[in-house]
Amino acid sequence: MDNFEPKIVAFCCNWCSYAGADLAGTSRMQYSPNIRIIRVMCSGRVNPLFVLKALSIGADGVLVLGCHPGDCHYIEGNYKTLRRIPLLKKMLKQLGVEEERVRLEWISASEGAKFAEVTNSFTQDIKNLGPSSSGHLKQSSKEVKHG
Amino acid sequence: MAKLKIALYWAASCGGCEIATLAIHEKILKLAEVADIVFWPVGMDFKYADVEKMADKSVDVCLFNGAIRNEENEHMAHLLRAKSKIMIAYGSCAYEGCIPGLSNFYDRQLTFDRVYIETPSTENPKKIFPQTKVKVPEGELEIPEFYDTVKTLAQTVDVDYFVPGCPPEEKTTWLALEALIEGKLPPKGTVISHSVKALCEECPRTREEKKIKKFYRPYEIIPDPEKCLLEQGLLCYGVATRGGCDALCPQANMPCTGCYGPVEGVVDQGAHFLSALSSIIDSNDPEEIQRIIDDIPDPAGTFYRYSLPDSLLRRARIK
Repeated sequence: MDNFEPKIVAFCCNWCSYAGADLAGTSRMQYSPNIRIIRVMCSGRVNPLFVLKALSIGADGVLVLGCHPGDCHYIEGNYKTLRRIPLLKKMLKQLGVEEERVRLEWISASEGAKFAEVTNSFTQDIKNLGPSSSGHLKQSSKEVKHG
Repeated sequence: MAKLKIALYWAASCGGCEIATLAIHEKILKLAEVADIVFWPVGMDFKYADVEKMADKSVDVCLFNGAIRNEENEHMAHLLRAKSKIMIAYGSCAYEGCIPGLSNFYDRQLTFDRVYIETPSTENPKKIFPQTKVKVPEGELEIPEFYDTVKTLAQTVDVDYFVPGCPPEEKTTWLALEALIEGKLPPKGTVISHSVKALCEECPRTREEKKIKKFYRPYEIIPDPEKCLLEQGLLCYGVATRGGCDALCPQANMPCTGCYGPVEGVVDQGAHFLSALSSIIDSNDPEEIQRIIDDIPDPAGTFYRYSLPDSLLRRARIK
């Protein structure tokens, strides 16, 4: 378990959080290499389906990063995210997926430091949780006969 | 023209789909003119051995209802696939897993504990569970193995068409049968229904702006018969469900529960509904949002009522 390096997918909104990630990079801030960034136009574009898909194909954790409330480029896209993620977490818990595996954070274009900090703390949380088995279930339920 | 040979089978299902095949009423006479039924456990006396003796691909169509939850279901799915030219997943269980698929929230042992120990009407002090093999004075008996995970038919064998519904409506069933009789078959993989769009398209209720402050369960309110049920705070699944049933439930003042499966092109019906539903919550305050969400006691069971085995995660993770 000590060697466990989680796979983390981070959906970053184009206008704030992706720019925040960019700033973290250009400022040479150190942050965990476990994340795979996927740029979306808005955190409101992140259909809960994307999160489930990531988990089902082997992600151990999913970050959804958007503009701070009130700052959305599309006025209220991030409010939709604000409403979706709690319901998604409640549903995931019923499916046996720890709710800590999904986290929503607001990161503005000027918050490179916050991006690094969120990435690091989330990676640490997922390391503590251990690998997710949701991805493997998909494979095993297909063929394996349980004796 | 030689008569069509049709096989009908039920796997893990309730029997409702069998009734739905009969619910085509007098059209069944038309079906009888053009087709012979060669296998139908619920209605005619054929044995599995009779099916095994049939030549491969000698059956024109198999209407297979029910999910795959045990060894017998799986065996028959493979057998009928081999014998049939066209395999149709008939009804929600075969198509998406449906109600039997809800046991994917548990595993075999949890299901057995519930059924053979915990149910109030059960008395089982010796904790006897079904065994695949048991010795009796007459010899050894075998029963099929019960699986941990319920699967859909398409996760088990190659499926040509899907007929949605719990059970499929008369007109949907006939749409499929008519296509077979007339030989006008749609492309492989088609979900046969009169609509590819959401149920809301055919729902007669008036729709205004969707903004919800509180969700209700059906017993808590008597809904207005004219207004959109979702706008009244009921978890009406129409926005995320394929049409084709003429919105029967909303017309009876009951919310749609989603039995016709996802609209065309949608992978995971539950996530689709979750997305639509949470977007219309009328609040920007995290605490209030949480309170509104708390009105939904069982989101996973509600959103995946018919489609848990066919969803992206397929089942709950059991620790």
